[in-house]
Parts: sequence; C-alpha cells; structure tokens
Amino acid sequence: MSGARGAGQGRLQVLLVNGALLVLASASLAPLLWMLSVSFMPMGEASRFPPPLLPESPTLDNYRELFMRTDAARSFANSLGVSLAVTLLSLLFNAMAGYAFAKLRFPGRDGLFRLLLAALVVPAQVAMLPLFLLMKQLGLVNTYAGVVLPALASVFGIFLVRQYARSIPDELLEAARIDGAGELRIFFQIVLPLLRPVLVTLAVFTFLAAWNDFMWPLIVLTGQEHYTLPVSLAALSREHIMDVELMMAGAVVTVVPVLLLFLLLQRYYIQGLLLGSVKG
Amino acid sequence: MIAGHAARIAGWMFAAPALLVLLVFFGLPVAAALALSLTDFDLYALADVRNLRPVGLDNYLELLRTPLFWKALGNTVYFVAAGVPLSIGLSLAAALLLHAKAARFRPLFRTALFAPVVTTVVAVAVIWRYLFHTSYGLVNWALGLVGISPVDWLGDPRWAMPTIILFAAWKNFGYNMVILLAGLQAIPEELYEAARIDGASRWRQFLHITLPQLGPVLLVVAVITVSGYFQLFAEPYVMTRGDPLQSTVSVLYFMYEEGFRWWNLGRASAVAFLLFLVILAATTLLLRLGRRRGLV
Repeated sequence: MSGARGAGQGRLQVLLVNGALLVLASASLAPLLWMLSVSFMPMGEASRFPPPLLPESPTLDNYRELFMRTDAARSFANSLGVSLAVTLLSLLFNAMAGYAFAKLRFPGRDGLFRLLLAALVVPAQVAMLPLFLLMKQLGLVNTYAGVVLPALASVFGIFLVRQYARSIPDELLEAARIDGAGELRIFFQIVLPLLRPVLVTLAVFTFLAAWNDFMWPLIVLTGQEHYTLPVSLAALSREHIMDVELMMAGAVVTVVPVLLLFLLLQRYYIQGLLLGSVKG
Repeated sequence: MIAGHAARIAGWMFAAPALLVLLVFFGLPVAAALALSLTDFDLYALADVRNLRPVGLDNYLELLRTPLFWKALGNTVYFVAAGVPLSIGLSLAAALLLHAKAARFRPLFRTALFAPVVTTVVAVAVIWRYLFHTSYGLVNWALGLVGISPVDWLGDPRWAMPTIILFAAWKNFGYNMVILLAGLQAIPEELYEAARIDGASRWRQFLHITLPQLGPVLLVVAVITVSGYFQLFAEPYVMTRGDPLQSTVSVLYFMYEEGFRWWNLGRASAVAFLLFLVILAATTLLLRLGRRRGLV
C-alpha cells in the first residue's frame, strides 16, 4: 500500500465512520429534540401540515397548563418521593446484605446466595398478581408504601455490592474487631465509606429504575392523587390524545430529570451496567 | 473472618432486612402465583374468599383453547424474533463504529447513542405515537418527500407491530452497545496484527477474529435481551392498547387485562406461569446452542 493511497483511504474511513455515527446519533436524539421543540409550541401548531420543526413563537403555555390544570405537579412530587425513598432505603438494605454475603460467615450463606441468583430467572410479573392481593390484605393498595415496599431490596443490588465488597481486606475488619468495635460500627464507619463507588452506581441505577417503573405502579396505584409520572402520563395521553403540545410538555417533565441525572453520573451508571451484565 | 456465635448472628442480622423483603414481596408471591393458577380466583373470590375453588390444571387447559392467548403469544414471539436480532444488530454496528480507530468524539457519540436507554418508556412511547401519526406525523411527512404515500403505522394491523419493534430497537440498542463495546475492547490487538500480516481483509478479520472472540458476550447479551423482550407491556399499553385487531396484544398485556380488568386472577396467574416457562425454554435453548458452539 503506497503512502498517498493509504492516507486517502484513511481520510475516507474517518468520513464514513463518523458519518455513520452522526446518522445513528441523530436518529437517537431526534425524537427527544422534537419533544422538546413541540413542548414550546402554541396549541395546535404541531398538527399543521407540513409539521413544523421549531416553534414559530416559543411559549411556556403548555407547561403552565400542565401544572395548573392537570395533576402533573402532584405526580412529579409522587415520583420524586417514591424514587428517593426506594433509592435510599434499598441502598441501605442491599449494602448490608451484599456485605454480609461477601464478608461475614453465617450458616446457609452460600446456598442462599445461589438461590438468590437462581431467582433472577423468574420474571417480576409472575409475583404481581398475588402481590396485589397481599397489598390489599395489608391495606396498602393505592398508597406510596405499596410501591416502595417491594422495591426495598433487589438481587441485582445485593450481587453488585457483594462483588465489590469482596475486595475489602479481612485484616482491616479483623483489626477493628480486636480494637473492640461492634459489627454495626464496623459496617457504618469502615465498610460503608469503602463501598462508596459501588453505592453511587447502585443509587443511580435504582433511582432511574424506580422513576421509570410503570407496570407495578399502574397496578397498585388506583387513584390519581398517588400516580407517579409514567402512570399519570399514560392516563393523560388517553384523555388528551389530540393535545400534542401538552403531551410533549408532560413527556419533557418526565424524561428530563432522568436524562440529567444520567448525564451527570454517566460514568457510574455505565460501570454498573457492565458489572451487572456479568450476571448473565 | 470472625469466629464464633456472635459472628454468625451478625451475618444473619445484616442479610435479614433484604432477605425478608425478597421473601415477603417476591418469593412468597411467586409460590402463591403457582397456587393461584390452580384455582378459579375471580371477582367473587376477591369479594369473599369462600367462593374460591381449586380447579387443577383447568386454567392452563382453558388458556390453550383461548384464541386470544395464542394470538398474544404469537405477537410476542414475533416481537422477540424480529426485535432481538434488530436490536442486537444495531448494538453491534454502533459498538463497532465507536470502537473503530477512525471514530472521533467517542464520549459524545456514546452518550448520544445511549440516551434513549435511560428515558421513560411511557414518555418516549407517547412521542413515537405522534411521530408516526398518519396525517401529521413527521415520519409520513418525510416519506412523502420521497414520494411514499402515508402509512397508517399504528392503525394498520400489518404495521403496528413493526412500528413497536422499531421503537424498541431505538429505545434499547444503547444498552447492549455498551456491553459489546467493552467486549470489543477486551479482544487482544495482537490477533488483528497477525491477521493483517497474513493479509486478511477487514471482513475476514471481523468473521474470524471479532465474532468468535465476541461470542460469549453476544450470548449473554442475547439471553438478557430475549428474556427482556418477552416481557413486552408498556409499549402496546401506551401506543396501541393492543389494537388494531389485537395485533399488538402481548402476553403480559393479555395477563394485565385478564387480571386487573376482568379480575380473573387465577387465569392471569396461569398466563404469567406459561410466559415464565416460554422464557425459560427460549433462554435454555439459546444457552444450549451457545454451549454446542463452545461459547460457554
């Protein structure tokens, strides 16, 4: 291969590869950008033909309407509250269990862990029908607790923490014990700080999953006042089917928080994804 | 390692809260679902449990005679069979592009390609419903520019499922892309160098080095994606409500309607278990195939 031809080929390749990436990236982002643009259009503008790409005179009317005339503000608060509660509490529970499975010997530990991994093959929906009956018995249908309680621990979370916690040196824990530190103190003062990176990863994962969750909240939340954003948006899209601009404002309010969170903590999220996929 | 009694208690104490949650809100309900599927639990039993009768395998047998169940299963298999290869193909293409030496602005492109993954299904499904609207959707408008007459994407039984498949591929390909990209980065560079010295073309390098080296990762990705795609629910719920002509009723959509609209919780549990068996069979088959090819 001569030098000049090689360089020409190289340039062509740069063009082809980056051109293809640009096309793919545009296709990925276009629907989201269109959503943003339409959410600023006055009512009816998006239903014109040909469909406009940008609002002629941008307006915040849709957002105003969304927050004044629908339950969106309430749903936003519900989503935020439920997702934060799930994230904080499940983080504690999963961290404790992950640490126990990695570093504390107790009878039945390894068998139990294998059982947990085996449980991963059962789709969550199998549990949903009896779970609804259980919630009804407990009087938790149409309550926040009905959404939060089942999400307070996850096999994925326990697994993720366990993988990470195994790298904590035993000598460190042993030394603390010789110094007379209790197990709780060791966990909160030594182990938790060491687990920080994996906990951030798990927190991002859990928050996004809780925020985006749809099927279980749809089942257990029966009253509008408790709806999370996805449930509320699905209901809204049935009522206001023709109201494109309003619906897009609703979609923006639902999607932008998680997109921002992802952009900020991307590195942690991707790490968790790679660790999690090892589970197979 | 701690020795002695106190240590054992500590282990259980730390594991207990999470295990209790998983037992009460997952383990027991799964067992109860099996029991429930062998009863005629319906609206009457919901009102008064004394109306509950065991019916053996009747729910399962009846389902196998229900045309809509078969339709839902067929639709779901269609979604999996077309959606999984399309999604993974896109993921692989995107991963290869990002991995290419010629690629510029890698972090930027990766973030853009991954963005749809973190979005809320319900919200982006609503967006797609408008983009694919027959008369004022952008897609039909763009097709019109090249002379293609409007397609009734979500209203035509032939097009509704393909539209949902396209949506799922768009929404999900970034996830597997990241996993495959890590797989590509783990392939030793020497293998390619040796192949180049032997004068192997890029295509042959892809066939004889990249694909085999990526095999185990592809298998994992396929298993995760297949079991995820069998759980199709939110997309038809938001985009089509199972219509037109029930062409987008998925198994879970059918289960949801049976259970929470008609309150046939016994039958719905049977649907859930049949879906579980189908997923188990499909993923086992995949793993078998993978093992035969020496991937695991």
